[in-house]
Amino acid sequence: MSAANRLEVRDLHRSFGGVRAVSGVSFTLESGDLLALIGPNGAGKSTCFNLLNGQLRPDAGSVRLDGAELVGLPPRRIWALGVGRTFQITATFASMTVAENVQMVLLSRARRLFGLWRPASACFRDEALALLARVGMDAQADRPCGVLAYGDLKRVELAMALAGDPKILLMDEPTAGMAPFERLELMALTASLVRERGLAVLFTEHDMDVVFGHATRVLVLDRGRPIAEGTPESVRADARVQSVYLGDEA
Amino acid sequence: MNAGRPPDGAVSVRKPALPQRHLQRRDARRMMNRRQTLSLLGAAALLAPLAGHAPAALAQGASQTAAPIRVGEINSYTGLPAFTIPYRQGWQLAVEEVNARGGLLGGRKLEVVSRDDAGKPDDAVRVAQELLSNEKVELLAGTYFSHIGLAVADFAARNKVPFVAAEPLTDAITWSKGNRYTFRLRPSTYMQASMLVEEAAKLPARRWATVAPNYEYGQSAVTWFRQLLKEKRPDVEFVAEQWPAQGKLEAGPTVQALAAANPEAIFNVTFGADLAKLVREGEGRGLFRNRKVVSLLTGEPEYLDPMKDEAPEGWIVTGYPQEQIDTPEHKAFRDAYTARFKETPRQGSVVGYATLMAIAAAVEKAGSTDPEKLVDALSGLSISSPFGPVVFRASDHQATMGAYVGTTTVKDGRGTMKDWRYADGAAYLPGDEAVRALRPAN
Amino acid sequence: MSFLLVQALSGLATAATLFLVSSGLTIVFGVTRIVNFAHGSFYMLGAYLGWSLVERFGTGVGGFWASVVAAALGAGALGALMEVALLRRLYRSPELFQLLGTFGVVLVLQDAASWIWGSEDLLGRRAPGLKGSVEILGQPFPLYDLMLIGLGPLVLGLLWLLFNRTRWGTLVRAATQDRDMASALGVDPARLFTGVLFLGSALAGLGGALQVPREAVNLHMDMAIVVEAFVVVVVGGMGSLTGAFLASLLIGQLQAFGILVFPQITLVLVFLFMAVVLVLRPHGLMGRAEETPPTAPAALAPPLTAGRGAGWGAALLLAALALVPLVAGDYALIVLTEMVILALLAASLHLLIGLGGLVSFGHAAWFGLGAYGAALLVKHLGAPMPLALAAAPLVAGIGALIAGWFCVRRSGLYFAMLTLAFAQIVWSVTFQWYGFTGGDNGIVGVWPPPWAAGKAAYYWLTLGLCAGALALLRRAAFAPFGYALRAGRDSALRAESVGIDVRRHQWLAFALAGSAAGLAGGLYAFSKGSVFPTLMAVPVSVDALVMVLMGGIQTVAGPLAGAAVFHLLEAEVMRMTELWRLALGLVIVALVLLFPKGIVGFLADVLADRRRRA
Repeated sequence: MSAANRLEVRDLHRSFGGVRAVSGVSFTLESGDLLALIGPNGAGKSTCFNLLNGQLRPDAGSVRLDGAELVGLPPRRIWALGVGRTFQITATFASMTVAENVQMVLLSRARRLFGLWRPASACFRDEALALLARVGMDAQADRPCGVLAYGDLKRVELAMALAGDPKILLMDEPTAGMAPFERLELMALTASLVRERGLAVLFTEHDMDVVFGHATRVLVLDRGRPIAEGTPESVRADARVQSVYLGDEA
Repeated sequence: MNAGRPPDGAVSVRKPALPQRHLQRRDARRMMNRRQTLSLLGAAALLAPLAGHAPAALAQGASQTAAPIRVGEINSYTGLPAFTIPYRQGWQLAVEEVNARGGLLGGRKLEVVSRDDAGKPDDAVRVAQELLSNEKVELLAGTYFSHIGLAVADFAARNKVPFVAAEPLTDAITWSKGNRYTFRLRPSTYMQASMLVEEAAKLPARRWATVAPNYEYGQSAVTWFRQLLKEKRPDVEFVAEQWPAQGKLEAGPTVQALAAANPEAIFNVTFGADLAKLVREGEGRGLFRNRKVVSLLTGEPEYLDPMKDEAPEGWIVTGYPQEQIDTPEHKAFRDAYTARFKETPRQGSVVGYATLMAIAAAVEKAGSTDPEKLVDALSGLSISSPFGPVVFRASDHQATMGAYVGTTTVKDGRGTMKDWRYADGAAYLPGDEAVRALRPAN
Repeated sequence: MSFLLVQALSGLATAATLFLVSSGLTIVFGVTRIVNFAHGSFYMLGAYLGWSLVERFGTGVGGFWASVVAAALGAGALGALMEVALLRRLYRSPELFQLLGTFGVVLVLQDAASWIWGSEDLLGRRAPGLKGSVEILGQPFPLYDLMLIGLGPLVLGLLWLLFNRTRWGTLVRAATQDRDMASALGVDPARLFTGVLFLGSALAGLGGALQVPREAVNLHMDMAIVVEAFVVVVVGGMGSLTGAFLASLLIGQLQAFGILVFPQITLVLVFLFMAVVLVLRPHGLMGRAEETPPTAPAALAPPLTAGRGAGWGAALLLAALALVPLVAGDYALIVLTEMVILALLAASLHLLIGLGGLVSFGHAAWFGLGAYGAALLVKHLGAPMPLALAAAPLVAGIGALIAGWFCVRRSGLYFAMLTLAFAQIVWSVTFQWYGFTGGDNGIVGVWPPPWAAGKAAYYWLTLGLCAGALALLRRAAFAPFGYALRAGRDSALRAESVGIDVRRHQWLAFALAGSAAGLAGGLYAFSKGSVFPTLMAVPVSVDALVMVLMGGIQTVAGPLAGAAVFHLLEAEVMRMTELWRLALGLVIVALVLLFPKGIVGFLADVLADRRRRA
């Protein structure tokens, strides 16, 4: 929760067999930011996320967290440095309960994953329940993750991301599959987390109400290239965005 | 014998059921079950069939004179039926003959409790224990594979029960790993190799190549052959050696590699499917043209018969030309066997027959079924086998049963032997002093 | 020089047979994603059918070739039958079930072949018109082998035409890339798959029938070829036809020249080659990455819960087991001792499969290494039993640590094949290193000292050590370590992104499982008094898998029940019939099809059902 969390992304490039998925993306993310990454399907949003958390390696460019280069590190190292993420298609540990999912992250944070003796379900249970209470999932703490509704899984994902005590949080379509009132609720929660923890959040979203209702800034991608960045108002007013993107959606 | 072992143990074999089941078994099991129902343990109920046959044994104890003398017999019936079925018929014949003569020790019947070893030594040891504890056998017999023979031999020594190893060839069973309780009937690798060396030494050939399966049997056969031949013929040299994996002979490359060394003669230890491949590919590539081949065991019907008219011509081999041996003791055996099973005996038949005959003779000689007395009786025991007189040497417990050495030929579309002679095992064994040095102290 | 050339030609002839068989295997895998163990059985059946037909009709050139083709078609028909009866129900099953299901078919077909054709080797007729040899640079070379050399590329060409110039072939290629695409193209996938199994099995049958003029047809042909065909397919890249061709050529030459350079280690050479290729090129020479690494039971796995009263139940069972020597005889105690040892073996394998989703096909290696570690210490250093028993898990653990480092770098089937390769390497070295290990003659005289020599004493010792080890394994399963392992299985992606080093957990689990299996092996050695290479051979690995499957992969107690029931079946019930392979094969197939949750899973379902109704 240091005050000076700063993610600097400079000129990222990545192509797949000649197709440029991400090309020349740069931005800076600081504590308190809630940056929305938007663009039509195939604009390179998910690739961008995968480049940031180390799942993919960029062809060129740099990603620095508080000055330290992240490019080339494996996802678990990047996570350990303070970059958490949630997935577009939820990927929880299906054979574990909701609480255990969060406990796993807490155990990982505490570097106690190689413990062979003490039962895992007894480790950090209170902390996990507290986090689940924060996202409103404490009542379902002992249900298997495999049977949860989609929206609930998204909340568990968020709790898991928070359990890693991140400085930067990458959220890939955090509200996909949720009912409209749930979306607003989740984004309100996210916004309050940003405030109380000094987080910096980068998120993608299809729902424009969510984007313009909660983002502090917006970055628009089109076919891998950034075409506009700024406050929601300025982006909304941008002619290129309107033609390329909003036109599509409307 | 070590034939046909699944090379990577890939598919070995397991349990069996054999015709020799016992009348008492069902009763015994029923009694056991009653006992177990008293037990509160669920696990024990699962084990009901395992719990032993003590009541049956008691019943026998009550009428000592009528109780049969039980021999525990173990062999690789499901693993190598082609070899072990003739063997089984051999011992069945012996048991029937002994009992028809009025049994042993004044009227006690000879009875064999037979089990399959699944081709695995650890299973063989478990089965041996079952025979000993549950079936209350007086002694153990059988086994085919060398490693299984060794495992059972070690078990026998540990449990102080006599064991007559029927077929395993390894020298270790009577020498380096020999023990007081283990005896072996069949001529060993050493003996067979030394029979062939006698013939090989007469050949003009000086440049030799060897081909043998890459495991203990092949390795020790080649080691003995080289050593013994060098002693007789210091002028020979060994110019090539091939060690195909048992059952996986790469015939073309192996034949080519042997031919490339241009030897004057070849010593072969491969057998079974490998041998058939070697012969075919060797003929195709002219490996045997103008070369003498000396080959272990190839003259046994078990190996000659499957090759039909493609059996090699002119190889010097050890074997068993059963249809040509007309000594009175062999004729009597062959006639009885053929009448009983409607087929001619094979090598295994003789071994099975002689094994049980030796056991019967040992029981009579001991006058008891006490294991120590049986062991003493077996030491130096002499019996009459279909091959002639055989003595279990007291020094190393190796029987002096021999083999027939001759030349292969094809007659009437099938392989057989010609110009053969009986090589008495006694002539091919080291002296008592020499083997004492080879055996561990008792 | 001419010798080397002819040697290379011999290698090509070997390669041709290998290619025929492995092309079928790789085609079947490409489309169905099933590693078909029974492929070798179709090769063997092709050889037997070929033998029968050639004996009757094969006197002339036409009759001979018609017989060979008919045998291939017969094998193909049997393959299609297997697809309809078995494989069709397994496409969505975890790969463990697929491997074991087809292995069950292997056992059934073995007994069937032995029943139909007898157990004696059958030497067939030579090919009319191709009996002689030609001189190549002064070296005689069999005409038949020359024909085989030509046949390999011919078949490759025909297959290429089939897959690139016919509609059916195009559909098969489409299905290879995406199983669901075929149905989108309006083709009945069931019929397509049946056709593919026909083609693949017919190729195996053709390879078998073509062996009739070269070697005696025998009952060991199936496993001998299928292991080699696996190596070819894995080295070439699973699903790749040209890869299989290339790998066949390489392995044919490796064998031809290997016997010149290293005549003593022929067994190891091929597996070493495969291990090296896999380490360097993870997906084989021409393979592509699997689109979805098929990990075992993730989808099925419910939460692992300790279960209330499980501890008490275990304590009660342990107490009951400890009392058995008061009522049981020597033999019962021996069988029980073996059951307890095998329970540890099965539980150690379950750690990998059940928690890690790692299907090891070579777990016997660590069991055997433990047994040999103990036995070698006794033999060479005269070590006392406690020291030897302590060394067993250590030796096996170190072995597993080394092999595991390579194995966990691959997932799914490649992992399974790598473990098999390492097990075969360990087995071959033990089998052929006569001076040190005693080779196939093993090591005898490994008996416990007097204080533990009694059957009851040794049983108690075994029970104590195994119960302790099992308790540790169980603790590990419920400790963070076991959870992290499951996390990696459930979602490797997510696990990595929350800081879990999945590979390292898998690696350590591999070593832990190996050393537990090693302890089981050490105890087994002293219970038998001897060790042999059979302890680390493929059948033991398969037995262990069947035990895990039989008990149920989803519960910690499953493997224990599985080991007990399996061993009891093996030791007692199977004695009722000589056709034990048939029986075991049918049991495996039945388990795979009808009781995929195993005994414990099935019972748990029944209980839960009853509770719900009550």
